[in-house]
Amino acid sequence: MTTAASAQIPRHGIRIVLIWLVLTAIAAPLIVFVLGPHLPPGNMTSEAGSQRDANVLLTALLVPIALLVVTFFVYSFVVFRNRTGGIVDGPPLFGDAGVQLLWIVLTGAIVLALAVWGSYTLIVSSHGAGGGQGPSPVDQPKGHEHALPVQVIAQQWEWTFRYPTYGGFESRDLAIPDNTLVAFHVTSLDITHSFWAYELGVKADAVPGVDDIAYVNARHTGFFQIRCAELCGLWHAHMAKKGRVLSLPAFQAWIKAAKQKNAVVQKYLAPYSDVYFPAPLRRAG
Amino acid sequence: MSTAARLALVAAGIAAGAALIAYYIASYLTQTPPVVAATGNMPSASLTLQTVASLGFKPHPDWVSYLAKNPAGKWVHSTVLRVPAHSTINVTIYQFDTATGLRNPFWGEPRGIANATMTVDGKPLKVLDPDLASHTFAIPDLGVSVPLKGVADDAKNQCSVAPCTLAEAHTTVKFSFKTDKPGKFRWQCFVPCAAGFPLGFGGPMQSLGYMDGYLEVVG
Repeated sequence: MTTAASAQIPRHGIRIVLIWLVLTAIAAPLIVFVLGPHLPPGNMTSEAGSQRDANVLLTALLVPIALLVVTFFVYSFVVFRNRTGGIVDGPPLFGDAGVQLLWIVLTGAIVLALAVWGSYTLIVSSHGAGGGQGPSPVDQPKGHEHALPVQVIAQQWEWTFRYPTYGGFESRDLAIPDNTLVAFHVTSLDITHSFWAYELGVKADAVPGVDDIAYVNARHTGFFQIRCAELCGLWHAHMAKKGRVLSLPAFQAWIKAAKQKNAVVQKYLAPYSDVYFPAPLRRAG
Repeated sequence: MSTAARLALVAAGIAAGAALIAYYIASYLTQTPPVVAATGNMPSASLTLQTVASLGFKPHPDWVSYLAKNPAGKWVHSTVLRVPAHSTINVTIYQFDTATGLRNPFWGEPRGIANATMTVDGKPLKVLDPDLASHTFAIPDLGVSVPLKGVADDAKNQCSVAPCTLAEAHTTVKFSFKTDKPGKFRWQCFVPCAAGFPLGFGGPMQSLGYMDGYLEVVG
């Protein structure tokens, strides 16, 4: 490395860092305060809110890293562009052990910290709603023993829902009350599906023979999207509908109406159970 | 390798790919079943179908299948049906297959049809015992789903080769639904009735002309 080049490098480094700091100081608040409230999955439930907060944090941490890379590249393209037109070798680079070590330690620490934070959010603050917790939840929210159980039954290609505390009736429609802890018990009658209630922050696998539990506590009334998030065959895309969060009085009225609406089928239902193994397999094994 | 040889190799690869795509398209077009039009016209038309346990002839003689009756009264091996828009479609399905059973009783409730009621052998029915169901006639995008009662396992004179005749053991299911604007809608049996396929949902369940078809609603 020549003496002249050595003298220039610190100045370029300082310039890049200064530009990066300015851009980060502008972008980070925008990410947190402007974009953040609109990041998925929203704020309909406390669990969804926790997931959104995690998304805000992840984005706010990733943006400075992305800006550093972009700043370095753009600066290099502009400042170190070869203006002579001739092809000549640049000064040799020998690397810097200190800088390399710092980069590895910093990025490693960020990745590990995010892994810890993400796991904490998934398991603790959102009560496993983002992935389901299986039949024996690791983290249970306060008051979980009084949660309203709602069974989510997947089958090719439809969702149905059972309410064991209301006689175990089954419905094609899903409604839950607001400001009430709800325990979704997700299972399947045939193959693996995935119950994805987007605005609720719930995505739990529906596996035959498994009672997959996910808790939610809705903060306000409204509609939420339900999708199957596991490719499950010809009519996978048909497994979509809207669910509702209702006020408690409206929910009680809905229960009464839903029981009447579905009364004709109820006598054929299997007794309520955590899982089901439908018998009619005479033809299809 | 010379430049000319490389170019020839690339050209041969492209030609082979194009030939495969053309073969796929041609196969799809030539294997699409013929369209069977409903009898009658706006504002009321009739469709007559039958289901059989095994088709009885090539290319898949042992596959379960639907057949449709054309306006001339002839049974056609097809599930591509054409009906008028903005009309009431009166459907009659002669069911010659035995029961498969439903995995969820909810499929036993007819939906999307007039008065939420079908008739089975002349009797009005709002829900079918799930153990007695053989197939369903479902058009998801129109909200139509109707369970079809199967023939008793021990019924005499069961049909073995399509097209079956009314002299053979069968149940008769009738219902009506309304069409709206023109469009092409996929319909399907939702009972896992494909014997010998994983979970009963392969083979005839995903093949046009068998348990899967199109409803063409035309203006």
